[in-house]
Amino acid sequence: MIGLGHYITVAAILFTIGVLGIFLNRRNVILMLMAIELILLAVNINLVAFSAYLGDLTGQVLAMFVLTVAAAEAAIGLAILVIFFRRRGSIAVDDVNRMHG
Amino acid sequence: MIAAFAFYLFATLTIASAVAVIFARNPVHSVLWLILSFFNAAGLMLLVGAEFIAMLVVIVYVGAVAVLFLFVVMMLDVDFATLRSGFTRNLPFGIIVALVLLAEIVIALFARQAGPAFASGNIAVAAQPNIVALGQLLYSRYLFAFELAGLILLVAMIGAIVLTHRSRRDTRPQKVWKQIARRPEDAVELFDPGVGEGMKL
Repeated sequence: MIGLGHYITVAAILFTIGVLGIFLNRRNVILMLMAIELILLAVNINLVAFSAYLGDLTGQVLAMFVLTVAAAEAAIGLAILVIFFRRRGSIAVDDVNRMHG
Repeated sequence: MIAAFAFYLFATLTIASAVAVIFARNPVHSVLWLILSFFNAAGLMLLVGAEFIAMLVVIVYVGAVAVLFLFVVMMLDVDFATLRSGFTRNLPFGIIVALVLLAEIVIALFARQAGPAFASGNIAVAAQPNIVALGQLLYSRYLFAFELAGLILLVAMIGAIVLTHRSRRDTRPQKVWKQIARRPEDAVELFDPGVGEGMKL
């Protein structure tokens, strides 16, 4: 039978893949944002699994708030990315520290 | 039996497509793998009886966030090949760090028996439908937090519009205030020309 440990293992693997994605794609901001979405998805799976196995719905309410914050974060991050590209012509993160005007 | 099969199917596909997100060469393919990963995660959530969150994941993540990513990836004319330059150099170190992190999480999980919920493999049957129970909780006990979440979305919306808005000087847009301020007596002149005299403009 599928227990809580199975779900937590899946979420842990997903979280690790997200961290690995941030490590590997050090220059591509879009892929870093996608990796952050994967991490938040792992958190959501954890919250939902614990909520179901404990019989407490609070975890699902919290998962909804995580979803809200993830959507807001993606919107703001991509907006920053678009204005950065408009000014610089590239999205390489290495160039971000050169902030002249 | 069928639940276990469905769990392993969804879990394998979620993890495999997450790996494909990281390793895909084309960012458009990355976004499409991300969508597949979201769908399978929603399936995992359905299996434990969280229908509302599963549908929310499909609507918000796939319908809004992933499509936003797709728009931005296709809109920006970026040479993605050069952005992958450090990929193979970071690969061994990144995999070592990831394996250490995963080992730490799994060891921390199974080092102790955390409680009865961790040991028991069955989910309590809900007395009422998931969405009813969630709605009652959300609109009573967590009402303030719910309103705050709406405020966060409003701030994000205004922030994104303010960030990306620009006033362009090279276009000639409609001047609405000028059109509204125009009165009939400025625009129209009435004449009553005599017969055979013609009009003088």
